[in-house]
Amino acid sequence: MNQLLLDYLPIAVFIGVALAIGGALMIAPFLVAYRSPDPEKLSAYECGFNAFDDARMKFDVRFYLVSILFIIFDLEVAFLFPWAVAFKEVGVFGFWSMMVFLGVLTIGFIYEWRKGALEWD
Amino acid sequence: MTLTPLFFYLFAFVTVASGFMVVTARNPVHAVLWLILAFFNAAGLFVLLGAEFLAMILVVVYVGAVAVLFLFVVMMLDVDFAELRAGFIRNAPLGAIVGIILLIELIMVLGFRLAGPLSTAISLPIPAAGSSVTNTEAIGRILYTKYVLLFQGAGLILLVAMIGAIVLTLRHKEGVKRQSIAAQSARTPAAAMHTVKVASGTSTVPER
Repeated sequence: MNQLLLDYLPIAVFIGVALAIGGALMIAPFLVAYRSPDPEKLSAYECGFNAFDDARMKFDVRFYLVSILFIIFDLEVAFLFPWAVAFKEVGVFGFWSMMVFLGVLTIGFIYEWRKGALEWD
Repeated sequence: MTLTPLFFYLFAFVTVASGFMVVTARNPVHAVLWLILAFFNAAGLFVLLGAEFLAMILVVVYVGAVAVLFLFVVMMLDVDFAELRAGFIRNAPLGAIVGIILLIELIMVLGFRLAGPLSTAISLPIPAAGSSVTNTEAIGRILYTKYVLLFQGAGLILLVAMIGAIVLTLRHKEGVKRQSIAAQSARTPAAAMHTVKVASGTSTVPER
């Protein structure tokens, strides 16, 4: 096992502890909690009314637009990380290659701004 | 130490099992949650391979963003289970064709891998054993210079995705009153108010 994986071992230990605590908290109520269910207690409660309809309703398409624009800029930032780490090695060509990449996405950003995609209504 | 194979089999088993649950779960929301678990375990496999950067990007991009997006798409579809099941039989041949093509490609990749060692063009991002170059730096050294066309292509694809999403989904509501800060700031007391002279003994306001 090499040094790289040993560096990640604490994360595995952490996930194991988190799983153990989470699992214990989820399972313990089944074993120790006092239960006397009746239909009123178990029904969905919505400010004193019976639930009007299903919670799985359709979302507005604008949420989709916001999240897809977020993902695109998220990916743009992901491309910046290796560039920043290897900045000394990539030289002038690598610098301008990234500038062109950012320029192309800035065109998209300007388009998005002008079209009003960042406005909610 | 035998920890590495142990973790490999753990991650691989959970990935395959949650991938199986993704396609068999009846509730699409549950399928997306299984997909997130599959992504996390695939990230674990990447770490075992020494590809730290890919693992972190998988967690950041796929788990953080794509899973949110999938949830939105799932919520936006009107999930009708009876209709979904009716379509399953009709679409099964199409799905089978896509699956078989993917399987053939995977077998070909495996075949080439077994036929000979990786060519240097492919193995370049993997730092040589014992060197102090990190995984992220090794990717950065070649991505922006050697593979500049692919890199710019990725930028153009992102641009197309951005414009496509806006064109397809952006609908402005008619008659929405927005704040115009320039108009608001340019407004003076002289433009905003006027004095009305009301003649003595009357209560009518004269027309301007």
